[in-house]
Amino acid sequence: MADTLAARTGWALRSWWLVAGMWTRSIMSYRVSFVLMLLANTAVTFLDFVVLMLMFRHTDRLGGWSLPEIGFLYGTSTGALGVANLLVGSIDGLGDRIRVGTLDTVLIRPAPALAQLCAERFSLRRVGRLAQAAAVLAWSLTALPVHWTPGRVLMVPLLLLCGSVIFGAIFVGGATLQFWWGEAKELQNSLTYGGATLLHYPPTVFAKELVAATVFGVPLAFVNWLPALYVLDKPDPLGLPEAFRFAAPLAAALAATAAGLLWRAGLRAYRGTGN
Amino acid sequence: MGIIEVHNVSRTFTVRTRAGRLRREKREVRAVDGLDFTVEEGECVGYIGPNGAGKSTTIKMLTGILVPTGGRLRVASVDPARERVGLARRIGVVFGQRTTLWWDLPLRDSYELARRIYRIPDARYRANLERCVELLELGALLDTPVRQLSLGQRMRGDLAAALLHDPQVLYLDEPTIGLDVVSKSRVRAFLREVNTLQRTTVLLTTHDLTDIEQLCRRVMVIDHGRVVYDGGLEGLHAAGESERTLVVDLAEVCAPIEVPGARVVRTDGPRQWLAIPARASAAPVLAAVAARYPLVDLSVREPAIEDVIARMYSSSEAHPKGATV
Repeated sequence: MADTLAARTGWALRSWWLVAGMWTRSIMSYRVSFVLMLLANTAVTFLDFVVLMLMFRHTDRLGGWSLPEIGFLYGTSTGALGVANLLVGSIDGLGDRIRVGTLDTVLIRPAPALAQLCAERFSLRRVGRLAQAAAVLAWSLTALPVHWTPGRVLMVPLLLLCGSVIFGAIFVGGATLQFWWGEAKELQNSLTYGGATLLHYPPTVFAKELVAATVFGVPLAFVNWLPALYVLDKPDPLGLPEAFRFAAPLAAALAATAAGLLWRAGLRAYRGTGN
Repeated sequence: MGIIEVHNVSRTFTVRTRAGRLRREKREVRAVDGLDFTVEEGECVGYIGPNGAGKSTTIKMLTGILVPTGGRLRVASVDPARERVGLARRIGVVFGQRTTLWWDLPLRDSYELARRIYRIPDARYRANLERCVELLELGALLDTPVRQLSLGQRMRGDLAAALLHDPQVLYLDEPTIGLDVVSKSRVRAFLREVNTLQRTTVLLTTHDLTDIEQLCRRVMVIDHGRVVYDGGLEGLHAAGESERTLVVDLAEVCAPIEVPGARVVRTDGPRQWLAIPARASAAPVLAAVAARYPLVDLSVREPAIEDVIARMYSSSEAHPKGATV
């Protein structure tokens, strides 16, 4: 089966699409439940931003950042997480499948296991988070006193794309750890959902060590902090070279590669040890 | 060359057990150990053994889900562990206890997904679906959500799903578990049809020996990860040293009968039970009894296959072949 890389990627995407379609129809067979969940989802995520707005009733700057600037961080962080969660977030159910033994039913189908698992329980109710992120981001872009150069305009969609890839890689990488360690889901949740909340706030309010860990460890800083320094023309609290502000694509590529390799190792370990 | 070839295949699992507060002991458990067999194309083979004997481990290795620790394995000329996804298009798998159907969707939708995932050409898909629907009487169920199907209906649905892509080999893991008598016989009739008409090779694990009696000419008994019997169903009696029972009614209460070639296993008033080897003829024993005792009535009981196999399991229990290392 010497398929080309392009053919294999195409087949993986198609498998994802087919399985996600099945789940969409499954979930649509409970329409009322779907609508209620969509509303609840949107409301809960919106509360995050309400908290930020309440904070700004007592102060007009947070770590030197204004409300529209925080809105930019909030919109980009939630947006990137939303895209990743919609497309690959379901992978975190892997541990349950290993425990119950239903991972085997995925492995006997002639489609990539990763694609099938990412599409598992795919639900459009997760677009609630995205819509809400888009609304906050749109408002902040109009309210920001930024001089919009072509570079800055281009940076916004680019950072959303790279941010989604980074969060997606963390979802996959974190879930893959469940092959060895059953409770890895908690770690993964704290890095994805917790990480997105961290990125709602400016890096200046956190200790430098924490910010450094998001640059050189888990690459969360590349999702929006570093690119935002460029878009909003802010000083870098770590004093890093300017190149870091444009390094999001590189960080995303590295993260995705690492997650992919980890996934292959995890699946090999599962098939090799059966644990 | 057989369609399934298994040569000296072994598979060990590492089990970690707690020994003290922080210390953990590693222990190697051999699920399958020196497994050897070949299945020819078109055969229907029963694969039986007690729980934990290594049946599921074998099936998982034959589908490529598990990589063997040692030995050589070929299914349809490919190494399943290396070409799992490619092989998946050529085999069908039915797990009796886990459905692959989509719970909330009509049965038909699961088949449509199979058509796309297995890339089944339209004409072939239509013909296969039509045949399965007819043989398994699924016509009225196609538009019913799977969650509303009974267990027997769902199993029939699963069987059809596993056969739409014309697999060369069909693995069935307890396909009749939990089904009522009518559903069981329907499933068996269908499998016989698939095996004889389509020439699909079938490997079937079960605890219901009627499945084997009605479907398989060949049976493999596995215990402690090794094949302890491989041959016809009839041969099991000989291999298991089974005995026929002669139930003798005498005119009066007598001392236990003593004739050559038989021994008394039980007495109850004038009735006595004699055991004779399954392969031996009952006639000389009968003649001897009739000549020396006041015989009123008698009957011969054939050994039950369940008993034969149970004896086979327990005898290999007595000589464990290095189950743990």
